[in-house]
Amino acid sequence: MNAHPPLFEVRDLRVAFGRNGTFAEAVRGISLHVDHGEVLGIVGESGSGKSVGMLAALGLQPEGARVSGSVRFKGRELVGLPRRDLRELRGSRIAMIFQDPLSSLNPVMTIGAQISEAVHLHNPDLSRRAVIDRARDLLALVAIPQPDRRLHQYPHEFSGGMRQRVMIAMAVANDPDLLIADEPTTALDVTVQAQIMDVLADLQARLKLGLVLITHDLGVLAGHADRVAVVYAGEVVEQAGVDDLFARPGHPYTRGLIASIPDMTAQKDRLFSIEGTPPALGRLPAGCAFNPRCVNAQEICRHQAPPTLRRGDHSAACHFAFAGTESAA
Amino acid sequence: MIRYILRRLIAMPFLVLGIVTLAFLLTSVTKGDPLTAIVSDRQMNNPEVVAAAKARWGLDRSLPERYAIYVGNLVQGDMGTSFITRRPVAQDVMFRLPATMELVTAAMIVGATIGISLGVLAAYFRNTVIDHTARLFALFGSSIPVFWLGLALLYVFSVQWGVLPGPGRLDARATPPTTITGFMTIDTLLAGDIRLFLDAVWHLILPAFVLGWAVAGTISRLVRANMLEILSRDFILTARAKGAGEFRVVIRHALRNTLVPTLTVIGYSFAYLLTGAVLTETIFSWPGMGSYAVEAARGLDFPAIIGVTIVGGIIFLVVNLLTDIAYVIANPRVRLG
Ligand SMILES: Nc1ncnc2c1ncn2[C@@H]1O[C@H](COP(=O)(O)OP(=O)(O)O)[C@@H](O)[C@H]1O
Ligand code: SF4
Ligand SMILES: [Mg+2]
Repeated sequence: MNAHPPLFEVRDLRVAFGRNGTFAEAVRGISLHVDHGEVLGIVGESGSGKSVGMLAALGLQPEGARVSGSVRFKGRELVGLPRRDLRELRGSRIAMIFQDPLSSLNPVMTIGAQISEAVHLHNPDLSRRAVIDRARDLLALVAIPQPDRRLHQYPHEFSGGMRQRVMIAMAVANDPDLLIADEPTTALDVTVQAQIMDVLADLQARLKLGLVLITHDLGVLAGHADRVAVVYAGEVVEQAGVDDLFARPGHPYTRGLIASIPDMTAQKDRLFSIEGTPPALGRLPAGCAFNPRCVNAQEICRHQAPPTLRRGDHSAACHFAFAGTESAA
Repeated sequence: MIRYILRRLIAMPFLVLGIVTLAFLLTSVTKGDPLTAIVSDRQMNNPEVVAAAKARWGLDRSLPERYAIYVGNLVQGDMGTSFITRRPVAQDVMFRLPATMELVTAAMIVGATIGISLGVLAAYFRNTVIDHTARLFALFGSSIPVFWLGLALLYVFSVQWGVLPGPGRLDARATPPTTITGFMTIDTLLAGDIRLFLDAVWHLILPAFVLGWAVAGTISRLVRANMLEILSRDFILTARAKGAGEFRVVIRHALRNTLVPTLTVIGYSFAYLLTGAVLTETIFSWPGMGSYAVEAARGLDFPAIIGVTIVGGIIFLVVNLLTDIAYVIANPRVRLG
């Protein structure tokens, strides 16, 4: 394969939670990779294991979770890495931002103190003055007006959008190579969602960040991702370049997600949504995990798990993936 | 915030007057006859002596009259004369107050340190042996009566093992330093006598621990519950994602967020410490307000009883005010909102 290892490569990542003596997998063997400066979108319904998977990749899984598989960052294995080595990477080479910027900021620390902390943790020799200067520059970088005044304020004095800008500023404080953004706009007002996406996209391009953009809204990825991984019930069910994915979705679940993107131009009077709900943790159906909700399900789907079929860089885990296109070819 | 403090300060005199009135009324409804404290049994049958004593101590006047005179004197700093010591109550109290404050402060430091440490450890290592041990320790502290604990520890550590000194504030053979603040630890330092200072600290350990253990239990339970809640918050994850170490996460991010309720419970536990000091001082022959109050109550020394009640009440009010101010300062939302 490549001479250079990818920036970030996850292989067969599994995260299991213990419940009454047995373990149930919330993440069931996810594999994906992100290159330098590339934007990978991860999309899937709520509860499909996106957050738990990415947190586990950084060793931040909830207490009691069992993690296996391989996570490599610049070729270095992170699973099983000593805590202090992981800490050195977190916030410096790999940064993360979360869904709800209000609850993600410490309510009793000023914004300045929180950004400064991010700087100081990985530059312990920097003077106080220099750290504060850097914090101010970071606020300016994410276009927060009057950064000097803002540094001394507390999170509750900021609006939702401004708080997420702060989170972004904090995340890029040490010029990371990889940023994992877990539903960065989900908790925000629709009116500011686009602004925050622009800030992220702008910084991604300027700082040449590898970006993992997690969302439950495939529409967000159309303009922002290079490649997309579709996750269902803890598995990647489809992976492709963004244009390829939208043009030729191979998996019925992906087709359902595309159909449920709200369309501003078409005169649809009702929004499409995939029927049913994802399986609860530890209650997977036999065969294909998606079969109870799949409009294309056949007999085989109910007792045999589908293989992952590939066509170039495009892969999909469905018995009938690419079937239509192949017969047409 | 300034206005809030001013409002509280303006309310203070009225609250103090309330305490004075209550203390005064309470003693007037007690069954005991203060004359028995003044006049010896043999002279009780001598009407002249009794009448003279009544006139001398103002007991021949009506209650409203006595109240008016008392309040009038009080505003001039006069709390009357003790039946027993025959010294001005204000002077007695001022002499004994520092001993109590020193004991209570030490107990507070012990209680808060143990309580916060145990609470943090128990929360961080929840449901492990550390957690269970910490909780058991806290439970003991708040369920064992102070007098029992005091006597037991005194017996074990002082009598049996001899590792800690017996009752009192200093070694009986030592010459106390000149009284400046009345705090033995401070006065010995001011006198430049390190050996005496260490002796004072040495004598403070056991009573402070006995008194502090009970509040340590209350504090640790509260800190544990608050820490558990805070440690599950998203910003804890943010701190870890920044690369913060566990110590920083626990102390700087989590504990800092439990500061407000912790300060509040520490402040309010002061009332408990003041009442607990009565027993502790009696057990440890500590010459403070507590043992003074016990002697006064035993001897139906009304001026002393009222005096101690008023001073105790004022201390309580001041500490509660300070607690509330600390609450406002420690809480940015309240401070700015
Ligand atoms: N601490 C936990 N204990 C047990 N199960 C958990 C825990 N955290 C998450 N899960 C389970 O893991 C699954 C995936 O959750 P999550 O990764 O948050 O989904 P997503 O981010 O895709 O919405 C869910 O079914 C959830 O119930
Ligand atoms: S394998 Fe069958 S059930 Fe599963 S997605 Fe494909 S068609 Fe649907
Ligand atoms: Mg999530």
